[in-house]
Formats: sequence, C-alpha cells, structure tokens
Amino acid sequence: MRFMLLFSRQGKLRLQKWYTATAERDKKKMVRELMQVVLARKPKMCSFLEWRDLKIVYKRYASLYFCCAVEEQDNELITLEVIHRFVELLDKYFGSVCELDIIFNFEKAYFILDEFLMGGEIQDTSKKGVLKAIEQADLLQEEDESPRSVLEEMGLA
Amino acid sequence: CPENEMIRVIRSARTQGEERGVIQRECAAIRAQFRQADSGGRSHNLAKLLYVHMLGYPAHFGQMECVRMIASPRYSEKRIGYLGAMMLLDEKQDASLLITNSIKNDLSHSSQYIQSLALCTLACMGSAEMCRDLAPEIERLLKASNSYIKKKAALCAVHIVRKIPELGELFTPSAHSLLSDKNHGVLHGAVVLITELCERNPGNLDEFRKAVPELVQIMKGLVTSGYSPEHNVAGISDPFLQVRVLRLLRILGRNNDEASDAMNDLLAQVATNTDSSKTAGSAVLYETVLTIMDIKSESGLRVLAVNILGRFLLNNDRNIRYISMTSLQKIVQTDHTAVQRHRGTIVDCLKDQDASVKRRALELSLALVSAANIRSMMKELLRFLSTCPPELRSHATSGIFNAAERYAPSQRWHIDTILHVLITAGGDVRDETVPNLIQLISVASELHCYTVHKLYRALISDISQQSLVQVACWCIGEYGDLLLKGDCDEIEPMQVTEDDVLDVLETILQSHMSSPTSRGFALTAIMKLSTRITNNIDRIRSVVSIYGSCIDVELQQRAVEYNALFKKYDHMRYLIIFDEDSDIHQSGICSLARTESTHAQEHTTFLRFKNTS
Repeated sequence: MRFMLLFSRQGKLRLQKWYTATAERDKKKMVRELMQVVLARKPKMCSFLEWRDLKIVYKRYASLYFCCAVEEQDNELITLEVIHRFVELLDKYFGSVCELDIIFNFEKAYFILDEFLMGGEIQDTSKKGVLKAIEQADLLQEEDESPRSVLEEMGLA
Repeated sequence: CPENEMIRVIRSARTQGEERGVIQRECAAIRAQFRQADSGGRSHNLAKLLYVHMLGYPAHFGQMECVRMIASPRYSEKRIGYLGAMMLLDEKQDASLLITNSIKNDLSHSSQYIQSLALCTLACMGSAEMCRDLAPEIERLLKASNSYIKKKAALCAVHIVRKIPELGELFTPSAHSLLSDKNHGVLHGAVVLITELCERNPGNLDEFRKAVPELVQIMKGLVTSGYSPEHNVAGISDPFLQVRVLRLLRILGRNNDEASDAMNDLLAQVATNTDSSKTAGSAVLYETVLTIMDIKSESGLRVLAVNILGRFLLNNDRNIRYISMTSLQKIVQTDHTAVQRHRGTIVDCLKDQDASVKRRALELSLALVSAANIRSMMKELLRFLSTCPPELRSHATSGIFNAAERYAPSQRWHIDTILHVLITAGGDVRDETVPNLIQLISVASELHCYTVHKLYRALISDISQQSLVQVACWCIGEYGDLLLKGDCDEIEPMQVTEDDVLDVLETILQSHMSSPTSRGFALTAIMKLSTRITNNIDRIRSVVSIYGSCIDVELQQRAVEYNALFKKYDHMRYLIIFDEDSDIHQSGICSLARTESTHAQEHTTFLRFKNTS
C-alpha cells in the first residue's frame, strides 16, 4: 500500500497516511487530484479504478471515503477487507463511529491505524489483538497523565 | 480537551478568511507554548498543531518540538511526538536524523508499547542512513521472545529491505525460522518479509523454495481448520494470511517445476473448497487463480482457474466482475481457448452500467474476436458503439476497424462495417485512421458506387463528424461521376445533380464545424470534380479563386495551385496525377503534389482520366 486517505464528500481530508517518502508538495497535488476523481464516481460503480500508475481501492462509509492506493501486485479484494477491518476497529473503539469521532479524535484514529498497519502491511490479523494493544497503550497514557504525588515528583515513590 | 476546543472554533469559522485568521492566532499561541518548555499540556499543544497541519497549513515550526517530545520519558508525550514525526518529518529533512538516537534507545525500552512506537516510526519514515544504523537492532528483535514485538520487527525489516536491498542478507536466516511461529501476526509478517526478500533479490529464491512445504502446511491448516473466532472473516479463516501465503507461493513456484508440483494439490484444494459468497473468500480465490496461472501448473488446474474467473463474471458484485476481467485480460493470449468459452458472458458485460467494467469488457471482447466469430462479435461491438460512453468511443472505433481488417469475411461486409462506424460514430474516429479507410475503400472497386452513395447520403444530413466528412469528400472527389449517374444496385435511387454535390462540398468549406483538414479534403474534392462534371466548371473556378485569398494558409496554398491548374495548365488538368511518387513531382506542377503529400491526413491518389487525347 502506498497511502491511505480518509475524506468527506465535501473534500475535507480527515486522515492521510503515506507509506512511501513523498514530498509535501506532491502529496497535496495527489490528494487534490484523487479526491476529485473519487468524488465524481457514482454510487453503483466499481470500488476499483486506475489512477496514474496505481490501483485505487475505495469504499464509502456514511459520510467518509476510505481510499487506498496499492501496487500492481496487490490484491484489490483483500484491500477492501483491510479497509473494512480498519472501519470495524474504529467502530469498536469509538462505539458506532461516525465522521465526527474521527475529526475530534484524529490522533486516536492514527494510533489505531498505526497499530493495525505498518509500512502499509497488516501487523495483526486478529481484531481482538489490535484492540487489546490499543487499550493497553491508552492505559499507559492515562497512568502517565494522571497527577503525580509530590513524592513521585521527587522520585521517592 | 484543549485541542477539541480549538477544533470547534476552527469549524465554526464561516469563511476561508475567517478560518485563516483563527489558524494564525492558534499557531501563534502554539509557538509561544513551544518556547515555554513547561511540561503541562505539551502533548495537547502538539496535537493542535498536527490538526492544523492536516487542514493544509504549514507546520514545520513544530518539527523540533516533535524531536523533544520523542526524547521525553513520558509515554503520552512520546506517543504524540512520534506521530508528529511521522506527519511532519520525512527522510529529506535534517531533523529526522536527530530522532535516530531516540529511536535506538526506545527500541530496547522495557515497555513494549514504547518499542512499538519506535518500530512504527522507523518503518514509516526511516531514511536509508537510519535503516543502516538500526538494522542490527531490528534483526535482534526478530529473534525476541515476544510475538507482539516480533511481528512489528518483521515489518520494520521489510521497510529496511525496501530502502537498502543489500541489508536483506541480515534478515534472511531469521525470516525462515519465523515461519514456525504460531502467532498469525508473526506469520503474516514473516511471509511479507520473505516475499520482499525474494522480490528484491532473486538469489534468495532457492533458499526460500525450501520453505514451500511449510507454507503449504500453513495453508492447509487455515483451509481445513474449524471455525476460529479470532481469525474468522465471513467463514474464511484468516483470509489476510491466506492471500499473502498464496502470493509468496506464486513467487516461489514461478518457473520452477519442483516447487510448482509441491503446491499443486494445495492449490486445487483451495480453489475447490473456498466459499466465495463474500469478498473475503473471493479475495482468496482470486489470489489462488493468479498463482495457478503464473506457476507451472497442470493443465487441469489451469482450466479450473479459468472457470473460477468465468464464475466470477456472473457474480452480482461488480467488483468481482471487474477483477475477473482484469485477470482474463492477462491470460487471453496464453489461454485463448479457455477464455473463449466465456465470451458470451464477457460480451454481456459490455452492457454494464459501470464505465470501468465496460472498458475491461471492450478490451477483452476485442481480444477474443476471431475469424470464426467475427460476424456475431461485430454485431455486438456495433451495438455497444451506439451506447458507448464518450471516453471509450475512439478506442472502440479503432478496435473495431482493426478487427474488421483482420477478419472481414467479405469486402462488402468490410465496407459496410466501415460505413456503419463512420456514420454512427464518425466524430470519434481517430484522424490517423482516415488514410487507411480511404485505402480500403479504393481497393474495393465493385463497391465504389455503393460507397459513394451511402457516404453522400450520410453527409447531407450531418457534416459535423470530421472523419466521416473527410472520407466522404475524398470519395465524392474520386467517384463523383458514379454518384451523379444516379443508379446503384443496392440503394434506392436518388437524383443527385452537380449543383447538389457542389452545394454540400461548399457548405463543408464554409462551416465553422469543419476542421482545416476537412476543408482541405472538400476543396480537393471540388477540384477533382472539375474533371468529372460538365456544367459547373465556372462555379468550381470561382470557388477555387475565392479560397486563393483564404486566411487559412494551407487552404490558400492549395487553392492558389489549383487556380494555376485552371489558368496555365488547363489542358493538363485531366492528366494531373496527384501522386507523390510520380514524375510530375519533378516538373513545375510538383508544388501541387507536394501540397498533397504534406497534408498528412489525406491519402494521395490518381485523378482518373476523363478522356484521353
């Protein structure tokens, strides 16, 4: 996978993850172009299209488009399943996830994505496994942020 | 949460200008906070900046803050710091080098979640230098006892191999041993790593072919295992892992009989037993088909694979139909007969609503045309042409012409096909095909009368389709006498006078719809008619002289030379041969011939004698 984009019907970018080194300027250009192409598609059309030298796999969930660019050798059908898995993870985490959750908790969405995919490849094929790891990481973060006692601050407890 | 407040404020901005104002204020505040270096709220501050960055505003002033945060002992700060690094830093920036040390330290941190952050970041934006530096550490982690870390180290190794293929040597030994792990995440990572190692360095293939039996076992385990809640997707046990294993098998089995043999039974089993009612199963089947077709499989297995693709063509899910046709396109040359069996279904897909599916169906249909099916296929293709989406039309017309030329069962059929396309889709016929079409028409001598009549009739109702106009003008110029004679075997008789013909040619000359090339064709046709008609020479002469001062330089040049023909060389007008190879090239009239040849669109030809003297 080269990159994944999440954007709304109004063309607002909600998440972008790039798995290859790309200049900022080029990223902006590609995002703009691709959003235009995908947003012009009609509802009943195929989830796959060819764009530049890449294969694009996209799916719309409510108000958000999930759009991945994959290489020639990648399996488009399994990419649809990858997208779906990501949506399921978000849904389990936020509880009936909607676009607003992604907007106001974008770092969390990234954390979940980064626990699920690395370098564009799946890290853990078990939904439970990914969610458990996120839960543990969140706990660690909470402990970290909770107020420390004076003794703790002094390193004495 | 402070960043939520900021997000709310930004979203409530009613104009782009207002938003920019809010962003400017917020960024100023963020910058001030960065400078303060107080520990409370640093994560929230950076998070705010990352949101601003996502909206498209510059955020480079946050790069150093990311570096600082990553070095913090607190998990919450590291977490957002690393995220910031992945969003704001890329390997081209100097700041990215500064985090190498932090990453190195965090890779051996006692908390696996911190190790995870470092691994993820390295895999996301690690430069070649960083990769070289940290590769030994990653190799060590590949052998770590913790599967949570192992699976991440494997994918990090994939990134390193992509950046510096030679470092693959470092990971080769461990990669193989990872295949005996029971954890699916580790297995998946191992398979991806081995795939990358083989693709980057074909020298590794021999070594990893030894793993084929293990891979086959893994697949067998997945396919025959009972329901496993943890990995089940729509009745398929870990389709993600299955797809990757199948892909690796493809690479290992390619061009190698032994490896291909070893996986033959497994592939047959997967192909037969996988339930394709949902996408997950279809994804596995699809990968299986790709593998079967790419390795040295038995012919029975190949037929099985093509039949799966044929079944996919009938699937209700458009995505699956599309995938099927993409695959069929890849094998239509090598497995032509097998694909021919599904021709009917493929042709049906020409009627699909989706333009991508239509495009695929068109490609495949054209590839499947043969001498045996040309008549029925052409019927379908012409039907398709009438409802074809605009972006496919010129490709369709070219494909149809090619097919017609290769397999035309008779000259009459061929001419009819050409005429049909010109008349119904002449506006989409590519300019380059016009000379060829003219050539084909000119050799079908018994059909000249028929052809010129049909084209004339099409022309009088529509002069907007340029290719039609050009071919029709050429024919009228050449065979105008046949048109004027009035009778033709296969066509209802129609009285055509010299004035009628000159009318339509002049209309084309004057129309703003006509391209310069078309106008050139029309003018030449008028000129050629001067040798075939008797009553309107003066009319022709005046048209030609008018265009002698035409703004269009090409047309003007043409007209001037034709004018010369009338004035100085009238007695030779009948004998002029518009042929770039003729002797006339050498004489004073050669400029005319040159004009003909520079008009690349126009196919040069003889002016036939009207009478010999």
